[in-house]
Amino acid sequence: MKKVKSAFLGVVILFAVWVLLTDTSQQELFLGGATALLIAALFHSKLTVLGDVRLNPKSLVYMVIYLFVFLWELLKSNIDVALRVINPKLPINPGIVKVRTSLKSPLGRVILANSITLTPGTLTVEMKDEFFYIHWIDVTSDDIEGATKSIVSHFEKYLETIFG
Amino acid sequence: MELTGSIITLTGSIVLFLGALGIFRMPDVYNRMQAGTKATTLGTVLFLIGVSLGHPGCGCQGKIVILIVFILATNPVSSNALARAAHTAGIKLTDRSVKDDLKDDTETGEAK
Repeated sequence: MKKVKSAFLGVVILFAVWVLLTDTSQQELFLGGATALLIAALFHSKLTVLGDVRLNPKSLVYMVIYLFVFLWELLKSNIDVALRVINPKLPINPGIVKVRTSLKSPLGRVILANSITLTPGTLTVEMKDEFFYIHWIDVTSDDIEGATKSIVSHFEKYLETIFG
Repeated sequence: MELTGSIITLTGSIVLFLGALGIFRMPDVYNRMQAGTKATTLGTVLFLIGVSLGHPGCGCQGKIVILIVFILATNPVSSNALARAAHTAGIKLTDRSVKDDLKDDTETGEAK
């Protein structure tokens, strides 16, 4: 089942990229679809990373919400860093903190680490088992729980539903 | 439409400028990476959106969507790799830093 799902997602992604890259004449669509199927059929054993994505209505809704949450955080982080940079006093209080994540799926963890890097004042430095080591430009809490709550939690609740 | 595109492109270039300023002003490699990653990501994305709005007839919107997805997916990964390499190579955090859990854990053998 997992293999079928990852192959299916592989076809969908490849075909979407093909449609975005080319015109939508009928011949090209047909050829692109055939090639996507061929690639997914040949490499389905390598595509297992996609098998962690859950495909139910709730998780699809959460994917859309997550995209907007993420873009909003990206905007906020840029304003945050810009304000710090143009402030003559350079108000930073940096340090590397440790946070805990409950995500198990590799793809989910990569997306979480990427999201952390692009959100206000945080940069993922190292991943080790259930811990992420994060460079935080303005350390406001000292222990693992406090840092986890303010950095990871608001993403994790969506990613847990999407990836399980 | 062309005006909107130009304004968005201009915003993107301002964001990129602030990122460059951040790289110049920040005290150590990790803080510089912070300024660099966020600003280049949003700056480039805004720049591309501005271009696609400013030239509605170019037929390049699909390609720009793909470019944005790739930038969002790969930019943080590269900065993560750089920061990790810097930390592994033993580059110190600035003196203003309050803590370094990764260094502490590496020394006690908890990480790596």
